[in-house]
Amino acid sequence: MEKVGVCDDFVNLKATELRLGLPGTEDGCEEEKEKITCGKSNKRALPETEKEIESTGKTETASPPKAQIIGWPPVRSYRKNSFQTKKNESEGQGMYVKVSMDGAPYLRKIDLTVYKQYLELMKSLENMFKFSVGEYFEREGYKGSDFVPTYEDKDGDWMLVGDVPWEMFVSSCKRLRIMKGSEVKGLGCGV
Amino acid sequence: MGASSTLLMVSHGHCLLCFSCLVTLIAHFESHLKPFLFFLSISLSLSFRRLSVSVLMGLRLPSKVLEHIISFIDANEDRNSVSLVCKSWFETERRTRRKVFVGNCYAVTPAAVARRFPKMRSLTLKGKPHFADYNLVPDGWGGYAWPWIEAMAAKTPSLEEVRLKRMVVTDECLEKIAASFKDFKVLVLTSCEGFSTDGLAAIAATCRNLRELELRECIVEDLGGDWLSYFPETLTSLVSLDFSCLDSEVKLSDLERLVSRSPNLKSLKLNRAVALDGLESLLRRAPQLVELGTGSFSDDLDQEALSKLAKAFAALKQLKCLSGLWDVLPEYIPLLYSVCPRLTSLNLSYATVQMPDLVDLLSRCSKLQKLWVMDLIEDKGLKAVASCCKELRELRVFPSGADLDETDVALTEQGLVSVSEGCPKLESVLYFCVQFTNTALVTIARNRPNFRCFRLCVMEPFAPDYRTQKPLDEGFKAIVERCKDLQRLSVSGLLTDKAFEYIGKHAKKLGMLSVAFAGDSDLMLHHLLSGCESLKKLEIRDCPFGDAALLENAAKLETMRSLWMSSCFVSFDACKILSQKMPRLNVEVIDEHPPETRPESSPVERIYIYRTVAGPRLDMPEFVWTIHKTPEIGVSNLAIKHCCGRFTFHTLYLISILFPLRC
Repeated sequence: MEKVGVCDDFVNLKATELRLGLPGTEDGCEEEKEKITCGKSNKRALPETEKEIESTGKTETASPPKAQIIGWPPVRSYRKNSFQTKKNESEGQGMYVKVSMDGAPYLRKIDLTVYKQYLELMKSLENMFKFSVGEYFEREGYKGSDFVPTYEDKDGDWMLVGDVPWEMFVSSCKRLRIMKGSEVKGLGCGV
Repeated sequence: MGASSTLLMVSHGHCLLCFSCLVTLIAHFESHLKPFLFFLSISLSLSFRRLSVSVLMGLRLPSKVLEHIISFIDANEDRNSVSLVCKSWFETERRTRRKVFVGNCYAVTPAAVARRFPKMRSLTLKGKPHFADYNLVPDGWGGYAWPWIEAMAAKTPSLEEVRLKRMVVTDECLEKIAASFKDFKVLVLTSCEGFSTDGLAAIAATCRNLRELELRECIVEDLGGDWLSYFPETLTSLVSLDFSCLDSEVKLSDLERLVSRSPNLKSLKLNRAVALDGLESLLRRAPQLVELGTGSFSDDLDQEALSKLAKAFAALKQLKCLSGLWDVLPEYIPLLYSVCPRLTSLNLSYATVQMPDLVDLLSRCSKLQKLWVMDLIEDKGLKAVASCCKELRELRVFPSGADLDETDVALTEQGLVSVSEGCPKLESVLYFCVQFTNTALVTIARNRPNFRCFRLCVMEPFAPDYRTQKPLDEGFKAIVERCKDLQRLSVSGLLTDKAFEYIGKHAKKLGMLSVAFAGDSDLMLHHLLSGCESLKKLEIRDCPFGDAALLENAAKLETMRSLWMSSCFVSFDACKILSQKMPRLNVEVIDEHPPETRPESSPVERIYIYRTVAGPRLDMPEFVWTIHKTPEIGVSNLAIKHCCGRFTFHTLYLISILFPLRC
């Protein structure tokens, strides 16, 4: 689990850094990373809102920064506009990330800011996807279950949920994936 | 054409030949003309779709006769072939062509088209590339209708029909149409923008013989509903009216009177602002309607009003197409039951109908051929469709979530599998789904080898097969291998270069392909450009292609209508080279940053490449750059070069058959 080790150091450095700004916020170096990684490596990167706004020259003032890709899914704006009423109000300012589980056709979105610690998050995921996650050990990862919760961080690396302090996790997590047993062994070697 | 015997080869992919007619016709001519010897030697080589006929003829047809024969030929592809035979055929054909179709408004100048087809009655034009629908083309890019309208007003004032798609149409355009074409009959604008309701008023007021006015999903500056009142009391010719994309309320009494005095009205599509009581009164006045788009379907109606509305629907004995149904309340769905058994087309994509109301409705639509619906239908609903709608030919399932990629909905790949199993005539699909599996795609391909159009949008970018975590290469391989008639394909999900190798190898009839977030390298583009023989339109976004494949396959680009690439890795350098290499291509770089400020090797934001004989266009905004300049190439060369495709000329002349029927 070398990757995790590396990130621990990274995390520790960050934790001791003195900065102005709200805890958990990071610099916007995502743009650059996107331009470099898109397609050039195995790690897939999704173009973020910031990049798209810059490139089209139009500011999509209406849409909140929820990592929506321009023109995707390919549904005509005429069609999109008809359904604006549905959920916009309820979502507010949370940190929404997508959650997928190997073998399940659905994706869910959860708001990480709703939870205070890993335990709450795990319980919620277990409920949502009807599985149980086993116990987390710092060195060995998850034991006792086929399912392992992982997440993709800002750098595109896949990590075990629980390896970093909660606040760090909330600010760096881009999406969650509940992997199934056989896939877990590949963790840390690129997805 | 010499009097000596000439070998005429007929080779056309889409036509059947009526041999006895041909023989009779030629015999008929003989009796009126000098007795030339001719030999009719027919060798049939039948494949499933092609008929080849070799005819040896030593005959010169007088132009009146030729004109008469050619007047039977309707389809543009056939007419294009006819125009290739020789100069006199070209001349005769161009003087008799009434319906002109220009797939890319920048491929040729309006003046050239007006000059070539003086008898033009109907003009169909397409402007912006397809990806403009998804906001990938910045505003102001182009696609202006004005130069065309201006040219036609001057040269072909007997124009009666104008159909525009993805073009910028101003009020001036509409006023010009109204003022210039005395017998104007049909205006259909699809996904157009740039005009206001004032322009509509001009059309309404001036076009005395107006038959069709259709605004399909246009962006209109809505200054109010007055425009409808401009239809004069003398206008009784209306056959089709579609103002569903407008917001403002029109005066109901004006609409009622218009409908009452239009006995030929067959299609009426209202906007959301028309309430249910208005609908009832209109239906009463137009029981002959074949197509109906309702307004909002949610007002509070009392018993009496409800029963009146039910009666009005029941009276629509000819109704085949139903759409609209905004905000429809579940308790009002039974009002539609009486028309269901006759419906061939149902568009519920704006109606928030849930299961099981959907099933109640659809189970009554046994004749349904076209269904557009939202993913609220779920797998369960599609299973019901599979068992009830055996005539189904086209299915579109749109996402309903506000974020458009959330699923609170139980629609998975299984829904499409069911429909592919149960509906033997299904040939066109657009399906939005969060994730997919290879097994499902293989099953679908096996069930339905007759797909002509298969557009799958796996909404989660790079999503692998969610069961096996593998790419969807094998799934799409099955689709292109089995569906030999596939003309249009959209791929999505996690795909490697392999998938495109399969597409290049098998999709020989593919005309249009859309790709997003896929592939590993340049190889992917190379497979497509070197393999897909029939490819006309290719649109790509967010794929890791660079310069190599593009430059290597430059010649292919001239056989296509257009290529769109955005967020890929093509450099400005490559664009320059391509442009210099291929003078008959417009290579447009659409980029916020001027080329001087970005390093030559860094990727450009968007490229749009299309073949043209009009040279670089003169109406480009500041963010569009083309690099080359070419002299204007004449129209006659255009006809012959453009339509050449894969025909071999030599000393053989090509003639498309005289009585074409489309298979």
